[in-house]
Amino acid sequence: MQAMTTQPFAIEVHDLRMNYGSYVVMSDINFRVQRGQILVIMGGSGCGKSTLLKYMIGLKEVEQGEILYNGKSFVKAGQEEREKVQRSFGVLYQGGALWSTRTLAENVALPLEEYTELSPREVREVASLKLSLVGLKGFEDFYPSEISGGMRKRAGLARAMSLDPAILFFDEPSAGLDPISSRRLDDLILRLRESLGSTVVVVTHELPSIFAIADTSIFLDAQTKKMLVQGDPKELVKDTETDPKVRNFLLRGELSDNQNGPVKRRTGARTK
Amino acid sequence: MQAAQEPTASVKITRENGVAKVLVGGVWSLRAKRRPNLNQLIRELESSGEVHQVRCVPEHLGHWDSSLLVFLSDLDIWCQSRHLPLELEELPEGVSSLIELAKAVPEQETGRGRLHKHSFFYVLGQWAIDGSTGLEAAARFVGECVLSFGRIFSRNGKVDWRLFWLTLQECGIQALPIVGLISFLTGLILAFVASIQLRQFGAGIYVANLVAVAMAREMGAIMTGIIMAGRTGAAFAAQIGSMKVSEEIDALDTLAISPMDFLVSPRVAALFLMMPLLCLYSILIGIAGGAVVGLGVLNISLEQYWNQTLGSMGLSDILTGVGKSAVFGVVVALTGCQRGMKCENNAAAVGNAATSAVVLAITWIVASDAMIDVLLEVLKL
Repeated sequence: MQAMTTQPFAIEVHDLRMNYGSYVVMSDINFRVQRGQILVIMGGSGCGKSTLLKYMIGLKEVEQGEILYNGKSFVKAGQEEREKVQRSFGVLYQGGALWSTRTLAENVALPLEEYTELSPREVREVASLKLSLVGLKGFEDFYPSEISGGMRKRAGLARAMSLDPAILFFDEPSAGLDPISSRRLDDLILRLRESLGSTVVVVTHELPSIFAIADTSIFLDAQTKKMLVQGDPKELVKDTETDPKVRNFLLRGELSDNQNGPVKRRTGARTK
Repeated sequence: MQAAQEPTASVKITRENGVAKVLVGGVWSLRAKRRPNLNQLIRELESSGEVHQVRCVPEHLGHWDSSLLVFLSDLDIWCQSRHLPLELEELPEGVSSLIELAKAVPEQETGRGRLHKHSFFYVLGQWAIDGSTGLEAAARFVGECVLSFGRIFSRNGKVDWRLFWLTLQECGIQALPIVGLISFLTGLILAFVASIQLRQFGAGIYVANLVAVAMAREMGAIMTGIIMAGRTGAAFAAQIGSMKVSEEIDALDTLAISPMDFLVSPRVAALFLMMPLLCLYSILIGIAGGAVVGLGVLNISLEQYWNQTLGSMGLSDILTGVGKSAVFGVVVALTGCQRGMKCENNAAAVGNAATSAVVLAITWIVASDAMIDVLLEVLKL
């Protein structure tokens, strides 16, 4: 793999272990993502997908293992170095996590005020532009409580993009969205990757999303507490060599149905 | 269905060649007052010789619900402990498939029930450990706050200035009515209590002294402290706690903006600045409350009362009270913010954070007041 490209991988994770205190959530996590790729972290509910994201963006301290961004260690970096790397991240949290005392424009503007030398007028212009990119032009002066959940997510995305991040992280972008809004968000993610060239990491278990956006994916298995595979989900699902657990997940449980015989769908009359 | 006419649930055992046949019959309902007793069935199974298979067979089985499933899954657990196969195939299909579904995922090692097994000494030890880690966390928080002010004064910290001005307004002007009311009543009560005692000695005029000194040195600061703990400290804990729940704090963290600089320090600074002003106001209103009693009950003239008040207290009394209130302001803000930052990620935790912020703040206000008094006494101030 290394020979294919002279550039270092955008993200590399080696032998990462995730734990809450002495309780190990998952161990031996290894994967690599090239610049501009979309990685989907998938797995059943409660397997530690969002926790992995927290380790990657530095919200949880790594105790064992290594995370590298562009070939440089994120784990061993000093405070200043680390914050510099963090500034190249854009994170979209599950509920948007907009600061509720600030308007949408102010939410998008805060990172700009903090890390650029732009004048207040320019900041406002950039914030408006970012909001219009996610289809929220005209909502600059609304507070997060005044808009819908889907809009909040898009506004969160606008904020995540405010500093033109090298890596975008999404925590369950489609959670709580109707299928059409969810589809639109997928399209938006693809289009942004295309135009900004960012690397994207998405935590999700929505199959349509996974097939629509993923270049590569990893599967976390809650039972064995291990990462099972890395690969393009479209390939993984076709390849019969793939771990059956992963194929079963990608096929929405069809494999296990065939083993146990399909569930008989009959109605009522149980006392007969 | 003829369920209504059928008899109540029943189980019977027959036995052929080491196969125990459990005949399940009747109507099984969770609402029924009496259901077959599993222990009795097990006793019967155990008492009568060797069994190497248990087979459940329906016999006039009517309507059934979860009560039958619970019975059968308990029977299944017993059979497994004896390594006896349990056959359910002859029961209605719904029964066997639901039992199968319940067994599909094996029980996880969750340590269920471990909470109830600790001895008294374990609990006592745990309590002590929790206490000391709590103290350590509090000390760490105070240290972080000091560092944060260092960053802000050296212009390296990002502060939410709007939050600062809002908090200033919220714990300044907007707190005046409630602080005024409580202080007025406090002064009134002090004067009443004093007048009953002092009138016996014909020393009614000294009510003015007592009210003035008590309000200036103690009551002004304590009353504003307690009001602000309930009003503002709880609000701080709830605001920051709910920001934690909705991942707003995480969003600051990943932008490398310190929540301490951004959210905590402006609140601490605002309360530190406003509390002394509130305290001064409280002292004045308290004295006015005392004067109402002096004028109305003791028939002292306003001029007399005013002169007596001025003569009784010095600048040091007022400075003591005002200084204390600044300390209380920091105490209230820090406990509120610390509880908020420590809040867990769920809605109930926000309520707990607010409650414990108020309790802690009031405890620390009274404790630090006592410490300051002892210190002043020792230093002869």
